[in-house]
Amino acid sequence: MMARNLFIPITLGLVIAFLIGPFLIIVAASFSAGETLAFPPQGFSLRWIAKVFTVESFRDSFFMSLFLAIGGTLAALILGIPASYALSRYKLPGAETIRTIVSAPIIVPGIIVGLSLLRYIVVPFQVGITLALFLAHTALILPYAVRVVSASLGNLRSDIEEAAVLLGSSRLGAFFRVVLPNIRGGIMSAFILGFVTSFNQVPVSLFLSGPGVRTLPVDMIAYMEIVFDPSVAALSALLAFMSIGIVFIAERFLGFSRYV
Amino acid sequence: MSDQNFLTLENLTLAYGDTVAVKDLNLTIGKGELVAFLGPSGCGKTTTMRAIAGLLSPASGHVKLDGVDITRVSANKRNVGLMFQSYALFPHLSVYENVAFGLRLKKTPAAELDKRVRAGITSVGLTDYADRKPAELSGGQQQRVALARSMVMEPKVLLLDEPLSNLDARLRLDMRSELQRVQKETGVTMIFVTHDQGEALSLADRIVVMKRGAIEQIGSPEDIYNRPTSAFVADFVGFENIFELSDGRLKTPKGLVEISGPVPIAAGLAWRPRMVTLGSGPFQGAVRGASFAGNSREYLLDTPLGPIKAEVDAALPSHELGAELAFDLPVAAAAQLRKFG
Ligand SMILES: Nc1ncnc2c1ncn2[C@@H]1O[C@H](COP(=O)(O)OP(=O)(O)OP(=O)(O)O)[C@@H](O)[C@H]1O
Ligand SMILES: [Mg+2]
Repeated sequence: MMARNLFIPITLGLVIAFLIGPFLIIVAASFSAGETLAFPPQGFSLRWIAKVFTVESFRDSFFMSLFLAIGGTLAALILGIPASYALSRYKLPGAETIRTIVSAPIIVPGIIVGLSLLRYIVVPFQVGITLALFLAHTALILPYAVRVVSASLGNLRSDIEEAAVLLGSSRLGAFFRVVLPNIRGGIMSAFILGFVTSFNQVPVSLFLSGPGVRTLPVDMIAYMEIVFDPSVAALSALLAFMSIGIVFIAERFLGFSRYV
Repeated sequence: MSDQNFLTLENLTLAYGDTVAVKDLNLTIGKGELVAFLGPSGCGKTTTMRAIAGLLSPASGHVKLDGVDITRVSANKRNVGLMFQSYALFPHLSVYENVAFGLRLKKTPAAELDKRVRAGITSVGLTDYADRKPAELSGGQQQRVALARSMVMEPKVLLLDEPLSNLDARLRLDMRSELQRVQKETGVTMIFVTHDQGEALSLADRIVVMKRGAIEQIGSPEDIYNRPTSAFVADFVGFENIFELSDGRLKTPKGLVEISGPVPIAAGLAWRPRMVTLGSGPFQGAVRGASFAGNSREYLLDTPLGPIKAEVDAALPSHELGAELAFDLPVAAAAQLRKFG
């Protein structure tokens, strides 16, 4: 009896430790006063956190990542909203196949997505690095956009569009007047999920990065290969707090978890 | 065009892909009429309404409204109102904005818009709820919003698809009189769909009974209730003893049976349980079941004609199970069916 009572709390404790533990270690390491990335940290200082802001390549790659996350997510939504709408409202032949294809990047490992984009699109068509990264991120976010937007469309009755039409609206007008406002929460959620996914994306970006054009995570790996100081931990901690902040705001104002 | 054929459906055939849902339907409805579509599930009531509203384009045939062929006119230009069974209110808009939706699209001047929207909301008794969202209203209140939203547009025809089926019994009676009041006050031509014969009988000027995508009978509530012309309609409005006629005799599971009196030329005869004379007559039956229904008692008899249902005043002495009773099916009272099956 006793053993069973302890089983659940212990398991739960371990799960939390595995999930939160690395994060706590990184946060602790970023306040270190020592010269190398180490845990437990040696002393306490803010110098590595300050250093993050002085590394020029970090700044460039941060803006690249920001551009990809925002631009890629917007592009994925522009493609994904009509796609979700069509999939949920019309009985399209092969709708299931389309859904599977759209979801593929979630299932297929990022390395394979990155490699195949490189091998079959970037190289043969001479696509520029920035454009290639943008396309790749759009493709990666699309499945999330379709899933989240589909979920909120599923909660919306389709007869309200017909009601709008009978009150004088065109079909397209009905989409903008009564569909979009009612899936706003889902769209915002998709945006945040897409943003975070893109920002933290490594394998695909790794393949497509080129001279001078890198995303932040890729840049961090490159930095670590040369310099092994705690500034990488400091940057990771800052990014993690940024993600947490975004998700927290989203949950607070949009009820984010309803859609994911 | 005269007021008698305000809305006409001509040889209307409606299909979903290869499935024909409504076949060669003809119907004429007068201005200001209140018509009920009555029929079992899947007979094409909703489909017909959607075609009138323009949400479904016919495979063939025509819809004419107020002298104009609107078959090819798109739904947003017909000025036909449709109240959905699910109300279909816009969840993100307040009651006021729901009702104002159509008028805003028509670019109605602000002052007039406000006046009409407020009048619409007041007329359905929701003055205090104008700022609420649909989710904050009860089912009955949502229904009233839907009604007001359609009515402020002053539609030529208002279609209501099972407007009362989602309400509890009391609200249903309230809404019934509400609909009747609105219809009388505005004189709008109204068609409503129902499964419930009581609703159709009490509300409608005329009832259209449908069966498998075709009209089975059209008539006043009295016609439909007292003079069904087919076995299907008879069964639908509660004639429980229905027989096919063959050479002036009743066709029963045990062969043809003579009945007394001048037998009319008809395909069949039907009696309500109330019309069966119990206690005297040429036939004999054994009581197999009895049930008490307040004012009356119903008996199920095993007879040479097959099972017969009879209903008598509850004040009369009751009969035991198994008792042998004489009964009669008076031909003069029977509904004469022109069509059987
Ligand atoms: N979207 C659709 N696709 C294919 N067939 C349909 C569709 N909608 C209705 N049908 C078919 O058309 C026929 C008529 O349907 P309809 O909805 O008009 O019936 P109804 O009389 O309104 O029934 P209910 O009383 O159940 O609402 C049915 O056989 C139905 O299966
Ligand atoms: Mg229906």
